[in-house]
Amino acid sequence: MPVPRHEYEMYDEQRIGELLRAMPQAPEAWVLTAARLPATRRAIEQIAALAGADATFRTQTLEDLEGALARAGVEASPALVEHLRDRL
Amino acid sequence: MEFHQRMTALSTATDAGLVARCRDGDDDAWEELVRRFSRYVLAIAQQAYRLSPADAEDVFQEVFARTYERLGDLRNDEAVRPWIAQLTRRLCIDRIRAGSRESADPEALEAGVDDSLDRLDEALSVQEAMLAMPDNCRDILDRFFRRDESYAVIGTALGLPSGTIASRISRCLAKLREQLEGREHARPTS
Repeated sequence: MPVPRHEYEMYDEQRIGELLRAMPQAPEAWVLTAARLPATRRAIEQIAALAGADATFRTQTLEDLEGALARAGVEASPALVEHLRDRL
Repeated sequence: MEFHQRMTALSTATDAGLVARCRDGDDDAWEELVRRFSRYVLAIAQQAYRLSPADAEDVFQEVFARTYERLGDLRNDEAVRPWIAQLTRRLCIDRIRAGSRESADPEALEAGVDDSLDRLDEALSVQEAMLAMPDNCRDILDRFFRRDESYAVIGTALGLPSGTIASRISRCLAKLREQLEGREHARPTS
């Protein structure tokens, strides 16, 4: 009857090395974009609130969505521009 | 709380603790959650589903956008890991179907994916165990295993005699095994 391996034996040096290498780091720019989501979403909500209260601002924002995001300190991506357009 | 202490507390928080803080609007907790799962999401997209870098980036951002939007819907905070895995799988399949890169047959798309995910789950457990290690151990193991640095390079970087690096790695590996063993024992059986 085979002797069951103790759990720590599952994690010998080679196995740990393989597992540590199995998941390369994501590009830092991707991580930062995702990490900044709360601030980005808050900025978009502020723009949407202002647009809801001011028709002229809304029109100007719709004409230049990327500019509106930039003025709010947000780096515009196609997905964010679409998200802002949806919110307006 | 000092910034460093706060970030250390976040990095050692449980998944459920992190989710609760995110739900309370803690931006630092959100960043920690993104960092904790970033490798996992990317690995599922690129290794399990073999997405191109461009598609993987789109899926990566979509996973975290949806996670952010739907964190309030999560019934069990401890289940955030399988929840993110499932979300990533679904978005990868959607991306492949949209690109018509392969047949839309679900069985064909999922072939071999479970095995890849089992391996990545195990890799994530090791990564999480690493996060709970002291800084010096985390650094030396990261340099040796992830960056393939030699004893001499590690010794120079850390200001240690290269002859002591092997024994330090060995001690840190023993601590990492203890962490992993503890996690195995603490893991729910259901």
